[in-house]
Amino acid sequence: MTTVSRSIGPWLARRVLGGVLTIGVASVVIYGSLRLVPGDQAATLAGGRRLSAEQVEALRERYGLDDPFLTSYGRWIAGVLRGDLGISTVYQDSVGTLLSSRLGISVALIVYSATLTVLLGLAVALLGAVRGGAVGRFTTALTSGAVATPPFVAAIVLLSVFSVQLGWFPVTGAGEGFLDRLWHLTLPALSMALVAFGVLARVAQASFTEQLRREHVEVARSRGIGTAAIVRRHVVRNSLGPVLTLVGLLVAALFVGTAVVETAYGINGIGSFLVSSVSRQDFPVVQAISLIAVTLFVLMSLVVDLLMPVVDPGVQKERVRA
Amino acid sequence: MTLTLPALRTRRGTSRARRRPVAVLLSGGFLVVVAAVAALAPVLAPHSPDATSLLDSFLLPGAPGHLLGTDSTGRDTLSRLMYGARLSLLAPLGVVALATIAGVTLGLLAARGPGWLDVLLSRAMDVVFAFPGLLLAMLAIAVFGRGLTAPMIALAIAYTPFVGRVVRSLALQESARPYVESYQVMGFGRLAVTLRHVLPNLTPVIAAQSALAFGYALIDLATLSFLGLGVRPPQSDWGSMIAQAQPALLQGLPWPAVVPGIAVLLTVVAVNVLGDHLGNSVGRTGERS
Repeated sequence: MTTVSRSIGPWLARRVLGGVLTIGVASVVIYGSLRLVPGDQAATLAGGRRLSAEQVEALRERYGLDDPFLTSYGRWIAGVLRGDLGISTVYQDSVGTLLSSRLGISVALIVYSATLTVLLGLAVALLGAVRGGAVGRFTTALTSGAVATPPFVAAIVLLSVFSVQLGWFPVTGAGEGFLDRLWHLTLPALSMALVAFGVLARVAQASFTEQLRREHVEVARSRGIGTAAIVRRHVVRNSLGPVLTLVGLLVAALFVGTAVVETAYGINGIGSFLVSSVSRQDFPVVQAISLIAVTLFVLMSLVVDLLMPVVDPGVQKERVRA
Repeated sequence: MTLTLPALRTRRGTSRARRRPVAVLLSGGFLVVVAAVAALAPVLAPHSPDATSLLDSFLLPGAPGHLLGTDSTGRDTLSRLMYGARLSLLAPLGVVALATIAGVTLGLLAARGPGWLDVLLSRAMDVVFAFPGLLLAMLAIAVFGRGLTAPMIALAIAYTPFVGRVVRSLALQESARPYVESYQVMGFGRLAVTLRHVLPNLTPVIAAQSALAFGYALIDLATLSFLGLGVRPPQSDWGSMIAQAQPALLQGLPWPAVVPGIAVLLTVVAVNVLGDHLGNSVGRTGERS
């Protein structure tokens, strides 16, 4: 084991370097976006407030508008690395503080949604693959519909049916305490999970169906091993690779998905904060959230790549050879 | 949230393959009808999409003269749906056209150009791929303000790797096949072989990816309008219709919001069915050869 992990070192180094490079280039794009604003960037940062000449000067100074691009970028990225995300132009408060007060609810939403996605996605995929026939066609139709349902459409339909008409769930807000919060977040999490559920279930069902037709399953069956054990040990186990890859990507996508459902359900989290900051051109906030989203995507794909050899030892051999 | 995944070959080689043409025909027919209705909206719409009438407000679908009902100000939902279809379809079409041209060009350059260019372009596509389309579009809106042009260009950039990566990997596979080398030995230039022989062989896959990207772009643009970041009034699309109808929905009148929601859903399903069909048929011909 140790020799294998040592020989995977070069692969890991390349992979981490690639990820850092991606985040680095993305951060230049994100920071540079402010310089693309047509017209006077200081006026944009002032957000429509009337400022005196000294205040405008202070603004240009604070955001480094008069410095060469690389200088002000360097100052910004150094601040970010120290945990200083700048100051919101709308709230005149530290972006870090503004984000941290909203992060909890969004993380809860993402975790809830990801849990629903994985549980429902794998359950439906298993049902469709094992039963096949009409059941399989039904689950395929179900997931095709789920994939095509934009989260905001799911959000308004669920709101209308379960909150307004039936009154089972609250219309807005995030709730206090664990159970109340769970209750408040159920519909938003479902709306967000729907697309991810569809994608995951389709890929998993295809993978399960393929495994079920393979010879090793045939052999296991002929040895008299029960369906449950075959599914657990031979079908699910062998399909974990593609499923895991997808889950990583889906979780990263859910982060941006919070923008939609938090706005639709009136939840004060990172996503709805991003939307309101975009419309108010609060650049420090937009830049910070964008950077977090990209970093999360790169991190998730790195984590997935690292976990891959655990579910599929063949991957490790390929990497050592490469 | 939109996930950009390559055309999934999920249903290949099953007994269901025989049934697919029905769904494909239905989807194709549906899209033709939607496109025709959008193009002919001024002729077909029973009312002006902006004509308000407080006497006719909050009519349910099926009301006389208002097939799909009216909204809180009495505007005819069917007419608004028809007019809204124009921007809802044209904008993603523009995104896909740009993304396809850019993706095919960059993918072919990466696969058939010099090695350093491949490294550079593949890295660049990795970076773009790390930006979810919706995020890049919001960044563009923050820079250039509300409207459709900036997010359309941003989404086109975001979807370029979606086409470009597939084109690159398939063009590399094609390059390894004997016919490519034969043509080059015969003295045909690399560019000519790429454009006249490699590219045509990739067309079905490109079409499949473009169809799927169209569905994603439609969802993204409708989402932006729903969030109040897309089309500006007086223009409207299906997303902004839903946003405007949300207060009524919370008061118990869901139809003005649900009807355009269903329109988005059905259009995306139809596009996905076509895209999957294209992707699948390519898979099968690939196996045979």
